[in-house]
Amino acid sequence: MAKRHDVYGTTDLPVLLPAAERLNRQAAAERVLGAPKLRLRAWHGLALAAVIVLWTSFVWAQADGAGNEQQESVISAIWRWLPVLLGGFVFNIAISFLSMGIGTVAGTLLGIMQISQVWPVRGSSWLVTQFFRNAPWLVLLFFCMFLLPFEFTVFGVTIPFPDWIKAVIGLALPVMANVSEIVRGAIQSIPSGQWEAAHSLAFSRWQILSQIILPQCVKRMLPPWMNLYAILTMATVLASVVGVGEVMTLTQRVLAAENRPEFLVPFYGFVMLLFFAYCYPIARTTQKLELRYAVKQ
Amino acid sequence: MQEIYEWFRWLNEATGINLTIVYDSYDRERMIDGFVNTIYLSLVCLGFSVIIGIVGAWLQGSPLKWTRRLVNGYIQLFRNTPPLVQMYFFFFALGSLMPRVENEWGIMEPILSNWHWAILSLSFFAGSFNVEIFRSGIEAVPKATVEAAEALGYNRLQTYVYVVLPLALRVCLPALNNNLVNLVKTTTLAYAIAVPEMLYVANQIWSDSLNVPEMMTFLLFAYVLLVGLLVMVMNKWERSMRLPGFGA
Repeated sequence: MAKRHDVYGTTDLPVLLPAAERLNRQAAAERVLGAPKLRLRAWHGLALAAVIVLWTSFVWAQADGAGNEQQESVISAIWRWLPVLLGGFVFNIAISFLSMGIGTVAGTLLGIMQISQVWPVRGSSWLVTQFFRNAPWLVLLFFCMFLLPFEFTVFGVTIPFPDWIKAVIGLALPVMANVSEIVRGAIQSIPSGQWEAAHSLAFSRWQILSQIILPQCVKRMLPPWMNLYAILTMATVLASVVGVGEVMTLTQRVLAAENRPEFLVPFYGFVMLLFFAYCYPIARTTQKLELRYAVKQ
Repeated sequence: MQEIYEWFRWLNEATGINLTIVYDSYDRERMIDGFVNTIYLSLVCLGFSVIIGIVGAWLQGSPLKWTRRLVNGYIQLFRNTPPLVQMYFFFFALGSLMPRVENEWGIMEPILSNWHWAILSLSFFAGSFNVEIFRSGIEAVPKATVEAAEALGYNRLQTYVYVVLPLALRVCLPALNNNLVNLVKTTTLAYAIAVPEMLYVANQIWSDSLNVPEMMTFLLFAYVLLVGLLVMVMNKWERSMRLPGFGA
């Protein structure tokens, strides 16, 4: 990204803008807290309430439009199916955790391999990274779904390999490639003077990497890593296309069971809301962390 | 050509590697159509998403508080929900509310087809990223440059068209290209609402010819090559458009 050019708003004169004092206090409070504070205002609550009221009235009008008084309202239907849908969503999050874990470990290794001094290691890890970064997530998911066996037999013991594990692997592959790029980028963003200084202090290459470079990288890698996690969480829905019973599959089954066309908008909207409620805080925190770390560079 | 087809037919008989998309003319044409559809979908969505981005960035600079909030709400909603759920929401949920019209064979049909919904949802998804990209690009143009243009007698529109946009475009080109690559990859989601792009066609072929591993491998390499080529061209373009001494 391009740096912002603050031609305006910078001055050497001792001017304290009205906001500066407030911002200072805020920054001090956050430093004590160790994390950016969520600043909710009254209008956030009002906006949320307005959305809910509009939503329910819209849904109500639609339910009335169906003309049958004995039919269940949408709100109570969502309420009735809530355990099922939330269960599916928890499954999504479980898939995202597992994929992120596997992808992060494999991706970190791959990223370190990308700066290796041995060219076959460097070249092959670069190729693997680019390959899995350029392939669409859905195609990789299909690939793992169809080409991994549904069970393994090791020394006569049959290990089942259910769909969702294949989905976890299929999602972990692109995560691995992206983490690899994040790690490589972070390592290369550390000034080379640090490598040279550490060399002159007789650190070995591995010592420099593990004790000097990587600890500094963690901070730089955190915002893009969290961003990747949000993308992965949103990608877990893709597993529904290949038949894993997560929230989207369950929603479609619920809709098929209810067989009421006016439920389509609220139910799909509800799934969107679930993901929004989970991913939006992550995105906000990522933004705040980015701003926080950008100043100190 | 005939010899190549014959060779692939022989390959199937000799080794069992069944690439029907080469020697079977029906499968071959389907696959080519799928490829063309993927490109077409990407290009149309790219066009619309750029328009959404420019209009959104312009609206975000509006002095009206609620216009800005509305645009921000759109951005946050579309960035923080899965694109597949958006597509389902558009196609199944909003699609069910659309009026139906009679087509030329007298069958009642929704006014917007799955193609339209795929283009709509993908454009809005990619557009939500473009708004932020364009805004950061426009912000990166120094105010002094704009004022210099004003001093030379340019009016607001002229300043925007001749000074701000060319500079801003170069600044946001890398981010824009990233988004384009992402968009090409996201077109695979149109599979879910039966738009005949590459993944959907491949699925049809392996259902008919029972050659799942071959088609899967072919598909993976086809996408990697397509995206890889795109990335290469874009990087070249970025280098040639780079502003010396401006930006990072």
